[in-house]
Amino acid sequence: MSNSIQNKLDAFIGFVVKEFKQIYRDKRTLLVLFGMPIIQMLLFGFAIRNEVENAHIMVLDASQDQVTRQLINKIDASNYFTVKGEISNYDKIDELFQQGNIDEVLVFEANFERKLKRGEQPSINIITDASDPNLAQLIQQYSTSIIIDYQKKRAQGGQPRQGGVTTNVSMLFNPELESVNLFVPGLIAVILMLISALMTSISITREKEMGNMEILLVSPLRPGQIIIGKVLPYLVLAFVNVLTVLALARWVFGVPFRGSYGLFLAESLLFIFTALALGVFISARANDQQTAMMVSLAGLLLPTVLLSGFIFPISSMPVPLQLLSNLIPARWFLVIVRSIMLKDSSLLFVWKETLILGMMTAGFVLMGIRSFKERLE
Amino acid sequence: MRTIKFLLQKEFLQIFRNKGMLPIIFLMPIVQLVLLSFAATYELREVNFHLVNFDQSATSQRLVNKLEASGYFNLDSRSFDVNDGIEKMRRNEVRMMLVIPDDFDRKLNAGQTSSVQLNIDAVDGTTAGLIQGYGQSIIQDFSSEIEPEVRVTKQPQKAGINIVRASWYNANLDYIKYMVPGILVVLVSMIGMFLSGMNIVREREIGTIEQLNVTPIKRYQFITGKLLPFWIIGLFELGLGLLIMRYGFQIPFVGSVWILFMVAGIYLLVVEGIGLFISTVTDTQQQAMFIAWFLMVVFILLGGLFTPIESMPGWAQDLTVVNPIAHFIEIMRKVLLKGAGWGEIGQQVGVLSLMAAIILPAAVFRYRKATS
Repeated sequence: MSNSIQNKLDAFIGFVVKEFKQIYRDKRTLLVLFGMPIIQMLLFGFAIRNEVENAHIMVLDASQDQVTRQLINKIDASNYFTVKGEISNYDKIDELFQQGNIDEVLVFEANFERKLKRGEQPSINIITDASDPNLAQLIQQYSTSIIIDYQKKRAQGGQPRQGGVTTNVSMLFNPELESVNLFVPGLIAVILMLISALMTSISITREKEMGNMEILLVSPLRPGQIIIGKVLPYLVLAFVNVLTVLALARWVFGVPFRGSYGLFLAESLLFIFTALALGVFISARANDQQTAMMVSLAGLLLPTVLLSGFIFPISSMPVPLQLLSNLIPARWFLVIVRSIMLKDSSLLFVWKETLILGMMTAGFVLMGIRSFKERLE
Repeated sequence: MRTIKFLLQKEFLQIFRNKGMLPIIFLMPIVQLVLLSFAATYELREVNFHLVNFDQSATSQRLVNKLEASGYFNLDSRSFDVNDGIEKMRRNEVRMMLVIPDDFDRKLNAGQTSSVQLNIDAVDGTTAGLIQGYGQSIIQDFSSEIEPEVRVTKQPQKAGINIVRASWYNANLDYIKYMVPGILVVLVSMIGMFLSGMNIVREREIGTIEQLNVTPIKRYQFITGKLLPFWIIGLFELGLGLLIMRYGFQIPFVGSVWILFMVAGIYLLVVEGIGLFISTVTDTQQQAMFIAWFLMVVFILLGGLFTPIESMPGWAQDLTVVNPIAHFIEIMRKVLLKGAGWGEIGQQVGVLSLMAAIILPAAVFRYRKATS
C-alpha cells in the first residue's frame, strides 16, 4: 500500500520535473518570457504620462501690451505649456488644429491693458482642440488657473486681501503627483495577468491539440496532478517576474515602497494563483490553442487595461461599468499593490480585496475542475 | 486565380467551422467597443470625502452643503480626528479630507481670512489634480458668496479678466466621441494581428504545413490565401464598428468614410504583415502569441489611445513613427471628428504604405527560409 503511494508520488514528481525541463530547455521562450516584461516595464515606466507637460499652444494677441505679454510669458514659463508662436488671424486656428500639432490657442482681445485699467473686463478666449476631451479638459483647467493666479497677484498690488476663505491643499502619499507611481503597480498586474493566464491556457490546450492529453490521462497521474504539474513552472516564472519588476520599480523608477515586502509578495502570489486558475479554466473550455489564445489575449487585454483602474479611475466610470469592473481580478490587485507600496497599508486595510481575490481563485479552480470532468466523461 | 479561390475557400471554411472562434471574432470586439469606450474618462464623479469640522457653525455647514450640492463630492464620514481621515484614505474609502479650523466662522465674521485644508489622496495624480481644481473653485465661489454678508464695508467690484473657454470639434468635451474610434482601431488590429500571427505557426505545429509545401502552390498564392480572409474580416469588423459608432453612439462623421476604408485596407496589410512575420520567426503558437501580445501592448499604450503622445518624453514620441496603431488612431480621429482629407493625412498614409511595403515582403522572405 505504502509502496503504491510512493510510486504515485514518484510519478508525479517525475512529471513535474519533466514539465520544468521542457519549459526551461526552450531558451527562446524563456528569453521572451523574462525579457519582454523588463522591456515593457522600462518602456512604459519612462514613457506613459497622463499629466500634461509642454502642451503646445499658440497665441493671437490683438493687444500686444504689457499685460498680455506678461501673461503669455507666465504661461510659457509654466511646465504645462510651451508657446510655439503667434498667429494674427482667427481663421488660421482651424488649420492649426487640423494639422494636429497645436493643442490650444489663446486669443487676447484688443486694448487689453487699457480696458483692465479702466475697470472693464477684457476677454481671453481659451480655445482647445477638444477632439481629445480628456487632454482639453486638463489644459483648459491649467490655463484658467494660471490666469486667475496672475489676476490675483495683480489685484493685490501689495496690499493683503482681507476676508474670505483660502484653501490649503496637501497631496498625500504622492505629493509630486508622479504618474509613474500610479502606473508601475498597474503594469505589474497587467504583466502578471497575461503571462500567467495566457501561458498556462496555451500550454494546457496545446497538450489537447497535440493529442498528448489522452496519453497523460491513461498514465497513473490524476487530472489534478497533471494540471498542477503544468502550472507549477509558470508559477515560478511569474514569481521571478514579480521580483524583477519590483526591483525595477524600486531602483530604476524610484517608486517608493512604504509597506511590507512580505505582504506584497504574498499578495502577488495570490494574484498569480488567480491568473493561473483563470488560465486553467480557459483551457478547460477551449478546444484548441487558437481559441484559448484569443480568449486570453483579445478578451483579457483591453478589459484588464481599461476596467482595472490602471489608467482611468474606476470612480469616473458610469455605474454599470463600475459594477462590471468588480469582475476584473486586476482591479482588486491594483488596489492592494498601490495601498501597500504607497500608503503603507497592512492586511487590515486590504483584507476585503484579498478575500475577493481568494474567492475568485477558488471559483476559477472549481469551474476549471468541473469543465475538465465534463470533457472527460 | 483559381488556386487562390480554393485557398480562400479552405481558410474561410476553417474559420467558420470553429464554433469557439466565431463569437470571439465577431461578438467580442463589438461588446468591448460598446462597453469599454465608456471606461476611458477622467471625468470627476462623486468623490467620497471625510470631514473634520472643528467649527460646527452654520457657516461651515454651508460650505459642506455647497460641496455636496455640486455633485462632485459626497460626504462619507465625519469625525474630530484628522488621523481618522488618513486611515480612511489608506482603506481607500475616501479620497479627500476637508479640515475646517475652529475659528472659521469667527474669523470670517471679523472680516479676516480663514483657511480650510484639503487633503487629497494623490496616488492617482490626475484625479487628485481634478479634485483640487473642483474643490478649490467651489470653495472660492463660497468665499465670494459670503463676502457681502460678512463684510461691513463692501469694496466696489474689482475689474477682472473674463475667461471664455471654447472646445472645438467637441463642444461638450464628450470623451466617447474620442475613445470609440481609438478603441475600434485596437480591436480591429488585435483580430488582424493575432489571427494572422497564429496562422502559419499553427500549421507548422500541427504539421499540416508540410502538406501545403508539397502542393504546387506558389508562395505569393499561399500568403495571399493566408492574408485575404483576415483582411476581409478586418474590414468587415471596421464597417460594423463604424455603423455602431454612427447609429449607436450617434457620433457624427465629419469626414469621408471611403477615405477611412481605403486607409484601413493599407493598415490591415501592415498589422497582418507583422502577424505573419511573427508567425515565420517562431516555432510554437505560444511564442508567437507572446510576441504578438508584447507588441500589441506596446503599440496600444504608446499609441496615444489613452495617454496623450504629447505628454511622453521625446524619444517615446519619436518611436511613434514606427507604431502603426498610433498612425491609424490619429487618422481615424482626424477624419471622423475633424473632417480631414488626403491633404491632412497624406503623410501618415505614406508611412503606413511604406510599412506595408517592408513588412509583407519580409514575411514572404522569412517564410521561404523557414520551410526550405
